Amino acid sequence: MRAEGLPMSMGTNEVHPHNPARRIGETVLSVENISLAFGGVKALTDISFDVRAREIRAIIGPNGAGKSSMLNCINGVYRPQEGVIRLDGQSFRRMDPHKAASMGIARTFQNIALFKGMSVLDNIMTGRNLKMSSNLLLQALYVGPNRREELEHREKVEHIIDFLQIESVRKTPVGRLPYGVQKRVELGRALAAEPRLLLLDEPMAGMNMEEKQDMCRFILDVNDEFGTTIVLIEHDMGVVMDISDRVVVLDYGKKIGDGTPDEVRGNQAVIDAYLGVAH
Amino acid sequence: MLYRESGQFKTSYAADQQLFPILQDRVAVLALLAFALVGVPLVATDYWFTAILMPFLVFSLATLGLNILTGYAGQLSLGTAAFMAVGAVAAYNFQLRVPGIPILVSFVLGGLSAAAVGVLFGLPSLRIKGFYLAVATLAAQFFIPWLLVKVSWFSNYSSSGVITAQPMVIAGFAFDTPVRKYLLVLVIVAVMALAAKNMVRSRVGRAWMAVRDMDVAASVIGIRIMQTKLIAFAVSSFYCGVAGALYAFAYLGSVEPDGFNLDLSFRILFMVIIGGVGSILGSFLGAAFITLLPILLEVILTDVTAMTGISLPPGFISMAQLVVFGALIIFFLIVEPHGLARLWQIGKEKLRLWPFPH
Repeated sequence: MRAEGLPMSMGTNEVHPHNPARRIGETVLSVENISLAFGGVKALTDISFDVRAREIRAIIGPNGAGKSSMLNCINGVYRPQEGVIRLDGQSFRRMDPHKAASMGIARTFQNIALFKGMSVLDNIMTGRNLKMSSNLLLQALYVGPNRREELEHREKVEHIIDFLQIESVRKTPVGRLPYGVQKRVELGRALAAEPRLLLLDEPMAGMNMEEKQDMCRFILDVNDEFGTTIVLIEHDMGVVMDISDRVVVLDYGKKIGDGTPDEVRGNQAVIDAYLGVAH
Repeated sequence: MLYRESGQFKTSYAADQQLFPILQDRVAVLALLAFALVGVPLVATDYWFTAILMPFLVFSLATLGLNILTGYAGQLSLGTAAFMAVGAVAAYNFQLRVPGIPILVSFVLGGLSAAAVGVLFGLPSLRIKGFYLAVATLAAQFFIPWLLVKVSWFSNYSSSGVITAQPMVIAGFAFDTPVRKYLLVLVIVAVMALAAKNMVRSRVGRAWMAVRDMDVAASVIGIRIMQTKLIAFAVSSFYCGVAGALYAFAYLGSVEPDGFNLDLSFRILFMVIIGGVGSILGSFLGAAFITLLPILLEVILTDVTAMTGISLPPGFISMAQLVVFGALIIFFLIVEPHGLARLWQIGKEKLRLWPFPH
């Protein structure tokens, strides 16, 4: 269902409010008829949607709707029983985390999944794992190619640290950092892989207004500057409606809405899911 | 006042990434190494070399090996002594059966044999974690010494499975006296400790720690969990294997497979826990604590009784030594559960500010 008076065409010539020059491209990722069950519990039932290049695609829904499960299917942490994931024209029955990472998918987690015992710098350096190649012996000797490689990647990581404004804590173990900063480090670790598709699972959960604004700015900047496609799960409707190009709505593992923020806002099924229905 | 890094500006990432970025640390480590190489041989007696320094160095290396696996990669293992046994017996057999093989090559091959066995017994880690994995590695601990006794080919058909290590000769120079053995072991341990430090600050080390701290997130970044765990088992067992070879060749001279028992595995695990889980320095501190403290306690207790002239029942000193030792372990674990390495680190942080509190 479509909201009246707001004709939003999401074609390739769509002009984005944040950056007029930004262009939404062709479909890069599509999930088709995905169904996932844990024993008798159906987490996802027959979900299909697509994501276009350089867009910000939000997934929303009440708690337990299957949003995180959806992301876990996309990057291979969960294996759906049915359905196909198409990425860059290749179809996958089951994705594998390593394959997903090497094809340029990075993600953050709902509950921060940083490496607690490591410093901020090392956490973000770990994000560049796939880009490094020197062998074990060279690493043990720390000579030549390995040393050069470490320094090269350190420089790239420092750019990300600058971008996220966490210079002052680069040597601090992440376990000691406040929550909001940890969320930022996790984004940094995902960015270090130079992803083309970034999956963010509630990047603003538990943050105060200022932290949310900062995080929004980072997400939009990543999208603008690097042209990264972003799939975002978020509960803050203000944020979702503001920054996303298109929104998928899930409820009890089923897709109940898909479209621009305004279309979704006017969708009766979505309103029912969020506000409840009188029986 | 002396330990300040202010004024030491780093203008390149290379300067920031070096092993000891603080000048005082670099000086201290080089001084310590120089003292161990030159000073100690001048002052120490044969007793010191054979009874104190040699076990300390050998156990440091084994602790380092276990620390790579348990401390860095997060895989609990109780098979350390078994992997040491493999290293010792393999090095012995390479010396015995390959004519003219250099001793150092035997050590490396011994380590590699242990690495292969380690990977084999590391396979369960792909499915199980924590205490359950420890039980699985226990299989190695019981199976390997049994096998080495059962198949007498390994000990060249000696009656009790005892192997007597061949003399260590490198390029015609015999490492036969305690001082020479000490220097050889010191150099091997120092080089391997440096290599371990380099590994843990490189890609593979970060992958180990990532798997330890959050394996799902690690796999999503593109780290291959299986491969990373098996590399940890291989590298760890290599270190344990070389430690086992040195244990046989440089420390004891002749060993029997039953000497590499669960008790030894536990001792090394305690060294890791007391020294500091996930710390290279901690491996040395832990080994020092467990090997040196009992000797120190014995000396102190003997002196005290001699001075005060109290006559004690026989066996009292060795009992008291155990009691005090156990109490100290508990004390240190309560004061700092992260081990001596963390205490050292806290001390260093305090020293940077001293004499000011903040």
